[in-house]
Amino acid sequence: MDLSAINPILFVAGFLVAATPLIFAAIGELVVEKSGTLNLGVEGMMITGAICGFATAVETGSPLLGFAAAAVGGALLSLLFAFLTQITLANQVASGLALTLFGLGLSALLGQSYVGIKPPRLNDINFGPLSDIPVIGPILFTHDIILYLGIALVAATWAVLKFTRAGLILRAVGESHDAAHALGYKVVRIRTLAIMFGGACAGIGGAYISLIRVPQWTEGMTAGVGWIALALVVFASWKPWRLLLGAYLFGGITQLQLNLQGAGVAIPVEYLAMSPYVITIIVLVILSRDKSAAPACLGRTFHASS
Amino acid sequence: MIRLEKRPQPSRLFSLATPLLAVLATMFFGGLLFAALGKEPLTSIQTIFWEPLFGEFSFFYRPQLLIKGAPLILIAIGLSLGFKAGIWNIGAEGQYIMGALFGAGVGLAFYPLEGFYIFPLMVLAGAFGGWIWAMIPALLKVKFGTNEILVSLMLVYVAEQFLASMSLGLLKNPEGFGFPGSRNLQQYESAFNGDLIAGSGMHWGVVCAMIAVIFAYVLLTRHRLGFAIRVTGEAPRAARFSGVNPTRLVVFCLGISGLLAGLAGMFEVSGPAGQVTIDFNVGYGFTAIIVAFLGRLHPIGILLAGLLMALTYIGGDIAQSQLGLPAAAIQVFQGMLLFFLLALDMFTNYRLRFGRTEVA
Amino acid sequence: MTDVPLLDLSGLTKAYPGVVANDNVSLQIAPGEVHALLGENGAGKSTLVKMIYGLVKPDAGKMQMFAAPFAPAEPRAARAAGVGMVFQHFSLFDALTVAENIALGMENAPKLNALSQQIRDVSDTYGLPLSPDRVVGDLSAGERQRVEIIRCLLQDPKLLIMDEPTSVLTPQEVEILFKTLRKLSAEGTAILYISHKLEEIRSLCDSATILRLGKVVGHCIPRDTSARDMAEMMVGKMLQTPTRAGKEPGEVVLSLNKLSAKSPNAFGMPLREISVDVRAGEVLGIGGVAGNGQDELLAALSGEMLSAPGMVAFRGVDVGKLGPTPRRALGILSAPEERLGHAAAPDMSLTENAMLTAAVREKLESRGLLNWARAGRFAEKIIETFDVRTPGPSNAARSLSGGNLQKFVIGREVLQRPDLLVVNQPTWGVDASAAAAIRQALLDLAEGGTALVVISQDLDELMEISDRFAALNEGRLSQPRPAGGLSVEEIGLMMGGAHGMEVAHV
Repeated sequence: MDLSAINPILFVAGFLVAATPLIFAAIGELVVEKSGTLNLGVEGMMITGAICGFATAVETGSPLLGFAAAAVGGALLSLLFAFLTQITLANQVASGLALTLFGLGLSALLGQSYVGIKPPRLNDINFGPLSDIPVIGPILFTHDIILYLGIALVAATWAVLKFTRAGLILRAVGESHDAAHALGYKVVRIRTLAIMFGGACAGIGGAYISLIRVPQWTEGMTAGVGWIALALVVFASWKPWRLLLGAYLFGGITQLQLNLQGAGVAIPVEYLAMSPYVITIIVLVILSRDKSAAPACLGRTFHASS
Repeated sequence: MIRLEKRPQPSRLFSLATPLLAVLATMFFGGLLFAALGKEPLTSIQTIFWEPLFGEFSFFYRPQLLIKGAPLILIAIGLSLGFKAGIWNIGAEGQYIMGALFGAGVGLAFYPLEGFYIFPLMVLAGAFGGWIWAMIPALLKVKFGTNEILVSLMLVYVAEQFLASMSLGLLKNPEGFGFPGSRNLQQYESAFNGDLIAGSGMHWGVVCAMIAVIFAYVLLTRHRLGFAIRVTGEAPRAARFSGVNPTRLVVFCLGISGLLAGLAGMFEVSGPAGQVTIDFNVGYGFTAIIVAFLGRLHPIGILLAGLLMALTYIGGDIAQSQLGLPAAAIQVFQGMLLFFLLALDMFTNYRLRFGRTEVA
Repeated sequence: MTDVPLLDLSGLTKAYPGVVANDNVSLQIAPGEVHALLGENGAGKSTLVKMIYGLVKPDAGKMQMFAAPFAPAEPRAARAAGVGMVFQHFSLFDALTVAENIALGMENAPKLNALSQQIRDVSDTYGLPLSPDRVVGDLSAGERQRVEIIRCLLQDPKLLIMDEPTSVLTPQEVEILFKTLRKLSAEGTAILYISHKLEEIRSLCDSATILRLGKVVGHCIPRDTSARDMAEMMVGKMLQTPTRAGKEPGEVVLSLNKLSAKSPNAFGMPLREISVDVRAGEVLGIGGVAGNGQDELLAALSGEMLSAPGMVAFRGVDVGKLGPTPRRALGILSAPEERLGHAAAPDMSLTENAMLTAAVREKLESRGLLNWARAGRFAEKIIETFDVRTPGPSNAARSLSGGNLQKFVIGREVLQRPDLLVVNQPTWGVDASAAAAIRQALLDLAEGGTALVVISQDLDELMEISDRFAALNEGRLSQPRPAGGLSVEEIGLMMGGAHGMEVAHV
């Protein structure tokens, strides 16, 4: 075992990268849940985004186009969920599971000819002299634009939910769809938009795994990140900044266990690999006593009867 | 404009017709998918649904129907009880793995001893393994209010890692020339779950699945507990008012579904699969979710749905080897089935009205 | 009154499958007029105002505002045209603040700071104290209504629709509300006032339109019409009031001793040191504004909510730790307020709903196995005895009308010969004849020696059937007093006066 093989600066820079897919998927789901809908299909939308982004980036040579395609792919898949839960009023838990099962199959089908290919690289932003600052430079200023976009998205979501009328309406729909309907707000339309936003975010998160973090395409490569993102929303009590903190915590753990594997710690690889999931469970247990922050209509079906 | 209007009561006709319509819709859109992949759609559909039952090699495939159907039915029956009550165990895959590991572990511990008691002990161990794995989300939900969906699912990933560790470590075949995987239980008579009638595909797991179907049917229609499950799913407050103890119900539903999933894993590893390997599980735990919904959470429905889903597995294999249809296409096909079912289910409780719309 | 009416409805018709909710309804409202819309539950009052407010479109007929066509496609359009509405069931968001709630109901809401100031101004002007920063879930029912009213007033409505506004208020709060409404009317705002309480209408309204079964059956000037005449128009026939012979109460059946318990709901009301005895053959009426612990009290008695030792005793035996099933076995039965989803499972058949609470006492199960044939017969018996209108026991609970389901739910408990029966809002949303039948059944039960606890927000009902009366306020129960001879003033004070509105003055 050689712990000195772990470079603390690379480690921190690495966990910022590890946390980014989670940030995207979780902030999208946070918005969806704030609108009162529980979409358990995050994993399916992520993996679909991962392959859409990967394939597009390979075909066009542009990683940014890849991310755009991932967002579109995730949003399109989420439309299926929106159709099931908002139009045909199907059970949200079942529909979310269906989305995940379907997404896993679809991505495997789409990705057949992309196994073993290297995607084009997305260059880091050039911060000039900033990246030469010791310690801080390599940690904060050696990343690609999507990573910064993720942080900006958290800030934007926070601001929109807290300060704007659109955010107020979104929260209102999640609190009481009947009251919102009585006031004349289009519950189904608002929720559908939120679901599509969540799908687009999950798609980008998935593409970040296949294009930057790994970067290559393998079947089922999201390996439960979508589910951890769902747990993260609960962990964060539906608050954007706590969500960012939680994502870094999980990113840190993931990165740490990878580094420990690399350093050849005496713990078997399998037990290190299961640690993020075990820790997710533990965190859920600690935090699930406080449910008061959950949107009151979360998971309930809305049918306008007059 | 079209709008939905709630029926005064659920339609019996549609609750029976929905699964059939969903299958037909899936065949149609699946055919389009296969055509998009450059395969002849009718041939593909025929290969999947006809070949295994009536084709040239059906003598080989028909027993497979039982072998693949039994674990799906066994798991789906357990899941359906919880789903009916709004208790969502979606970690059956993990419980399946743990059942297999416990069952196989007990069997291998006796190796090379022979004895009539070994297989029954393995059955008990398998059931216990699945049960204890499901008790984790159950107790966490009851004690701390933790979401059972997320916990049971996280435990799938933990179980998969545990499986990897076991097949590379503790349970690895010492005479296996360093290859991962345990001894083959098919070559260990006391632990082998073989065909009860040679060549029929009828192993103990199939028998167990039949018993589970009958058990669930009686429970749901005739027993207080089954009634409690149904009321809890329909109206949780009414259930509490009638005297249902939600805590006990969570423990029972998760426990029984874990137990049945564990049994399924144990029968699989000691029979058709034969040995513990890193990837002996093929996703029955997840497919069983589709089976449970396709069967409308009704025991008889699940029996039929399980056989149908087994058919798509076998037919998918044939289509893969004969037509080069990718395995993932079958997965998409199964996912589609669930989608159509959920969408069409609307007609059970709502009817369409054509005409002027209210403000939505 | 001016010549051009503010609102002119003519020939409005709206049909739903199986029922004509409004049939050729016409009425006119002048600016500043307080116009009552009077009718029983199900008479079509709600449908009519929903059409005015743009929530429902009429099948036929036309609406005019100041002689110009008025056909709001949605509530937004109605609000823009100057129509404000205070709902019977408030459309409020518990987790949001007062100011946020009000902003959601406005078209061009100002910034929250500016809005908060406006809220303070309006609440001062009209004597409706309300702090804009409070979370709505923590407010009392009366305060919640103020949120709705202020939300409407901020938009300077020409017409204010109030749907059964007093059902959640104490008599003192009603007086304050009426002062506000009279002030508004004096300033030229017309008010469409929906109610079935005749005395209220006589003291407040300038004119009245009476609906029965979707049709207008008459107009009148309430001040010049007796309550009895209006009641006859509303109901169509004279009703028998329940009768009962006075009887000496028997031994103590239920004894509550400083019952305290936390509410299971986040925005619920905890019970605080409730002490009372109820005797065999006695009816204890419990009044109070909704949300003051009614649901919690019923849950604590039915066994849905457990309590600490020594707080709930039944015939001297501590039952605080027993769940609903063992309590039923002892003879403690109950019927909660919410019919669909609490007292009955909506999608299940009446047979299954009979099984829900009668399994133990009617011997519908033995050793866990259910006897569906017996349950079916019991359901038939309820349907027959209580005149429940339904094709048969295999029909789903949700297919029944509110009144019929209520008769089924009450009948289910009454026929199990309880020793103690606890009911919450036994006649809420039920038409007058069904309500009378239910009250009579409850009185007959008391006659037979059952101890009854009747929780209700309908004071008239409580005065009619109670031997003793007590009020719930903030989870506390007042000292019970003999119901005979209590004045409205006294009842109001027992219910907690005006909930912090004493400072209010107009």
